Amino acid sequence: MTSTASAPTRSEPQAVPLHRPVSTALHRRPRLRLGALLALPLTWLVGLYIFSLALLLITAFWLVDPFTSLVRPGFTLDNFALLFSNPAYVSTSLRTLGIALAVTALSAVFAIPLGIFMAKIASPWMRAVLAVAITLPLWAGYLVKIVAMRITFTEEGFFNSVAGLIGGRGPGFGIPIVILTLTYLWFPYMALPVYTAIRQIPVNLFDASADLGAQGWTTIRTVVMPLLTPALIAGSVFTFSLSLGDYLAARFVGGPNSQMIGSIIASNINLNPPVAAAFSVVPIAFVVIYLLVTRRTGALERM
Amino acid sequence: MKKKVLIPAFASAALLVLAGCSSDGQSGDGLFIDVPDIPMAEELGEPEGQLDIVAWSGFVEPAWADQFTEDTGCVVNRRVAGTSDEMVTLMRTGEYDLVSASGDASLRLIAAGDVAPINLDLIPNFGDDIVEGMKGQIYDTINGQSYGVPIGRGANILQYNSDVVTETPESWSVVWETDSPYAGQITAYDAPIYIADAAVYLMYHEPELGITNPYALDQTQLDAAIDLLKQQNTIVAEYWADPVAQITSFLGGTTVVGTSWEVLRKFTEDTEKFQGVLPVEGSTGWSDAWMISSQSDSVNCAYLWMDYTSAADVNGQIAMNFGMAPANAAFCETSEEAAAHCEQFNATDEEYFDNVWYWTTPIEQCIDGRTDVQCTNFQQWTQAWLTVKG
Repeated sequence: MTSTASAPTRSEPQAVPLHRPVSTALHRRPRLRLGALLALPLTWLVGLYIFSLALLLITAFWLVDPFTSLVRPGFTLDNFALLFSNPAYVSTSLRTLGIALAVTALSAVFAIPLGIFMAKIASPWMRAVLAVAITLPLWAGYLVKIVAMRITFTEEGFFNSVAGLIGGRGPGFGIPIVILTLTYLWFPYMALPVYTAIRQIPVNLFDASADLGAQGWTTIRTVVMPLLTPALIAGSVFTFSLSLGDYLAARFVGGPNSQMIGSIIASNINLNPPVAAAFSVVPIAFVVIYLLVTRRTGALERM
Repeated sequence: MKKKVLIPAFASAALLVLAGCSSDGQSGDGLFIDVPDIPMAEELGEPEGQLDIVAWSGFVEPAWADQFTEDTGCVVNRRVAGTSDEMVTLMRTGEYDLVSASGDASLRLIAAGDVAPINLDLIPNFGDDIVEGMKGQIYDTINGQSYGVPIGRGANILQYNSDVVTETPESWSVVWETDSPYAGQITAYDAPIYIADAAVYLMYHEPELGITNPYALDQTQLDAAIDLLKQQNTIVAEYWADPVAQITSFLGGTTVVGTSWEVLRKFTEDTEKFQGVLPVEGSTGWSDAWMISSQSDSVNCAYLWMDYTSAADVNGQIAMNFGMAPANAAFCETSEEAAAHCEQFNATDEEYFDNVWYWTTPIEQCIDGRTDVQCTNFQQWTQAWLTVKG
C-alpha cells in the first residue's frame, strides 16, 4: 500500500518540467544556454566597450575643421605625427609613465607590511578595523578625495601647520603630491589583493622558516615575497592603469609642471577630437606592454 | 643716434594706424567671414510651451525663470555647462534652443551653422539701453548680421592678496617677469585662451611685434607669446581651470597674485584682503550673449526668453547673481543696490572696457584686418599651450 501510494507522488517531479518550458528548452540546447548566460555581458563588452573604443581609434585618423572644430571623416596620419613632433607630448607621456610606476611602487611598499600585520599579527578586532579603514575611502567621491588632498597640502594647510611645529614644510603642489594623491586614491586596489594573498600563506611556513633559523626579514624575502608576486602584479595592474588615465589629480594638486596624458586628451577632446583619440593610444600602448610583461612572469594565470 | 630715435617713432605711428584698423575689426565692419546661410525668424507665433537652455551657472534661475513660465507658458529646462567647449558640444546635439555663449564659443557656433541669425525687431527690450560696448561685436555680429543678444560682460582682473602685495600692482609684470617679488606665488589661467593674456602684455611692452589684437596672432607673434608663457611657468605656483581651485589657492596662501574674475574675488568673502585691479596694459575679458539654435523647435519661446531677459530688471538680476556687468544699462538706475553693482563692475564705464579684449575664437583669418599673413587658429593655440606646461 505504501509503495503504491508513494508511486504517484514520486512521478510528480517528473511532470514538473512540462510546466517550465524555458528551463526545458535551455536544458536541451547547451548552446542556447551558453548564449543566454553570455548575452548581457557580451552586449556590454562588445557593444559598449569594444565598439566605442574602436570608434575612438578610427576618429584618430579623421580630420578636423580648424574653424568650427567639426570632425570630418577622412584619412590622415598627422594626428599621430603630432605625438612625436610636439615635444610636450613626448615629455608628458614619459612623465605620466614615471608617475604611474611611482604610484605602483609606493602602493606596494605600503601594502606589504600592512598586509603582513593585518593577516598575521593583528587581533581579529584590529583586522576588521583596518579592513574597514582601507576600504572606507572607496566610498567617498573621487573628486572629494582629491580636493581633500588639495586642502591638506595647500600653503597654509594642515600639513604645513603640523610640519611647521618641527620646522619643516611641505613640498608644495607638484609631482610628489600628485604621486601621493594617486597612491591615496588607488591604494585599496593594491592593499586588498596583497592582504588576501598573505592570509592564504599557511602560518606553518613562517614556523618552518623560523625553525630553519631565518630571521624575520629573510622569511619575508624568501617565503612571503615569492608567494605574493601574483597578488602584487594583480594590484599593480590596477594602480598602474588607473594612474595612467588620471588627469584631475594633476589639475588640482599638480602645480605648474605636472601635466599628464589625461590633461592633454582633455584639452583636445572638444576642439580637436582626432588628436585626443590619437593620444589616447599612448596609455593603451603602455598598459598593453605592461600586461605583456606581466604575462611573461606567469602571474596573470594565477590571478 | 638720430635713426634710433626715429624708428620707434615710426613704429608707434604705424601702431596707431593699426590700432585704428583693429577697432574697425572689433566692430565687425571691415571683415567678411564666410558663414552658412541660415534663415532668420520673421515673426513670432504661439509659444511652444517648452524651452531648453544651455547656460552658465547662475544665468537661468527659478527666481526669474518661474515668472517667465507664468507669463508665457514656456517651461524652462536648464542645462548648466562648465566650459565654452562643452556648450559648443551640447549645442551641436540639436537638443537645445538657446545658449549663453561667450565670445570664444560664438564664432565657432556661427561658422558651423549651429546658431541662427537673430531678428532684433522681435526683441523690443533690445534697445538704446544696451551698453555701447556690447553692440555689434565681432563675436556675435558677422557681416553686419546679429547672432547674439548681449547678457553681460566682465574683465579678467589682476587679483592680489593685500596682506602680501601691499602696493597695488599697476602692471601685469608681477605675474610675467621672472624678477617678480612674488615668484613662486603666482597663479595663471589653465586654458589655451590664456595665450591672449600674454599677447595683451606683449602688445603693450613689445610693440615691435606688431600685435594689434590679442586674438589675431601670426606664427611669430604666437611664438613670442608662448615664450613669455614659458618664462611665466618658472614662477607660477599653480594654474587654475576650476574656479574652486582658484579660490582655495588664494585662501590657502599658495598664491598671492594672479588672474581672476570679479565674481571669484567676491566668493573669497574677504574683498578687503583680496583686491582686484585692471592693470595699465588692459586685459582679456568675456562677454556673453544668448544665441538661438538653428535646429530649435521652440523658436517663439526662445525669442520671448531673449526679450524677457533683456529687460532691465531681469538682466540686472542675472548680472548680480553671476557677478558681472549687465548688458542693459537701464538696470543701473533702478535702485541704489543696482547702482552700486554697476559701479563695482564698471557696467557703463566704456573707457574701462575699451581696455578689455573679449574672448574671441582665434581663426586663420586675421580678425585685426591683416590679409598678408595667416593667423594661428585655436587648434594651433591648443597645441602651443600644451608645450608651456611641458
